[in-house]
Amino acid sequence: MPLQSLDIVRRSATTLPEPQIRGAHTGQVAKLIDTTKCIGCKACQVACMEWNDLRDEIGTCTGHYDNPHDLSEHSWTLMRFAEYENPKGDLEWLIRKDGCMHCEDPGCLKACPSPGAIVQYANGIVDFQEENCIGCGYCVTGCPFDVPRISKKDKKAYKCTLCSDRVGVGLEPACVKACPTGAIVFGTKEDMKHHAEERIEDLKSRGFDQAGLYDPAGVGGTHVMYVLHHADQPALYSDLPDNPKISPAVRLWKGAAKPLALFAMAATAAVGFLHYIGIGPNETDEGDEEAARRESEKLP
Amino acid sequence: MSTPNTKEIVRYTAGTRINHWIVAISFVLLALSGLALFHPALFWLSNLFGGGPWTRILHPFIGCIMAATFYLLCVKFWRDNFMQQRDWIWLQKFKDVVGNREENLPEIGRYNAGQKLLFFTLVVCLIGLLLSGIVIWRVYFSEFFSIGVIRAASLLHAFFAFILIFAIIVHIYAGIWVKGSIRAMTRGVVTPGWAWKHHRAWFREVGKGIQSK
Repeated sequence: MPLQSLDIVRRSATTLPEPQIRGAHTGQVAKLIDTTKCIGCKACQVACMEWNDLRDEIGTCTGHYDNPHDLSEHSWTLMRFAEYENPKGDLEWLIRKDGCMHCEDPGCLKACPSPGAIVQYANGIVDFQEENCIGCGYCVTGCPFDVPRISKKDKKAYKCTLCSDRVGVGLEPACVKACPTGAIVFGTKEDMKHHAEERIEDLKSRGFDQAGLYDPAGVGGTHVMYVLHHADQPALYSDLPDNPKISPAVRLWKGAAKPLALFAMAATAAVGFLHYIGIGPNETDEGDEEAARRESEKLP
Repeated sequence: MSTPNTKEIVRYTAGTRINHWIVAISFVLLALSGLALFHPALFWLSNLFGGGPWTRILHPFIGCIMAATFYLLCVKFWRDNFMQQRDWIWLQKFKDVVGNREENLPEIGRYNAGQKLLFFTLVVCLIGLLLSGIVIWRVYFSEFFSIGVIRAASLLHAFFAFILIFAIIVHIYAGIWVKGSIRAMTRGVVTPGWAWKHHRAWFREVGKGIQSK
């Protein structure tokens, strides 16, 4: 059938498999963001605005270069600027392009209660389907990276799509296209890891001993990865989580609790039913009424 | 059933009955809409409320109605639900309770130990649901709480809701099981025999003058 993607490997709040016959046989995709090559020009933010037709409100200066100062329903990506004084006493400007990490094990999708509001394609992209979104905000609760934002206007959740519409027709995401330094590259996850290895080797040869790839295993790896100069301290990069994973509370709430609770409720009702069939109701008969009459007369 | 020459005993006034049924109907709506968002297999229940977004919008407002009306009911029932010595004995004889052997049980007042424990379970659940529900009410309140608090509240809301639904299943079954109980909450009265059999100490307080020959 035309107009079906046939490549949905995960679908929120759905108990049976979705059409997924079409796999990512040429490899899953990934965007690699090399923080060591980023100059903070914000061309990626502009490209994102243009391709997705988004315009955030003009904000106010909050004393640093982040503009806007946070992700929003209109700003799906954002350069975060951190000033880090290294042990030698030199200033390092650590700039991280923030946005959805497209987790292999997405907390948003796990938490979402609305069937089909969040899907994961075979190529690894995690996409919100806003027409199915009910606006509960559970995706915000589930996300280990604080990415989804609920629109004040339509109460739907929005985030980076990894330009799934562009990728679907063989183009790279808009931010990748716009980056003037090649700090953002896009390809298969394998190729991006290989490219990252070369970059890390180069960085190590130039004194960044702790340079490394950020592809956190706690969420099964991500389809947006970073090359960091200080991979041993991700938190330096505007609080990038050291070891992100779906919170145990969310795991329990959206995991074992669901079948166990339904089973326990059904079992309780069943025990009641069996009690009624096996032992029967507790009825009041004429003997009780007679006893009540006799006792009533004796009451003071 | 009452015989023609005895008066029935008033157990619940009209105001209490109306109050109870507002709480009860709110509970049913909340359970249906809450379960729709709890388990994907029950998401179809959201159709009863006009779809997913309407379910999400209505659920917390109905919750406020239940919390407020339950509070009124709670104040009315509070004093009759303190556990007494005889209630603990009643609990120990649980097998006689479920086996319909009431002659082996101590005489009890307006409420038995099961009803009292249910009452305090509901009080704890309602407080837990109200507080955790405010935290996860995304449109108005979630922005005031940290993500850790929101995650804990999400889990606790589901937990308290589960305990509440469990308790209400027991409550409804008790009404079906002990014949004459539902009438107490629909028509407000019980027969003297019902009061004598199930709540004899209470009967001694209110059962005088039931003869109306």
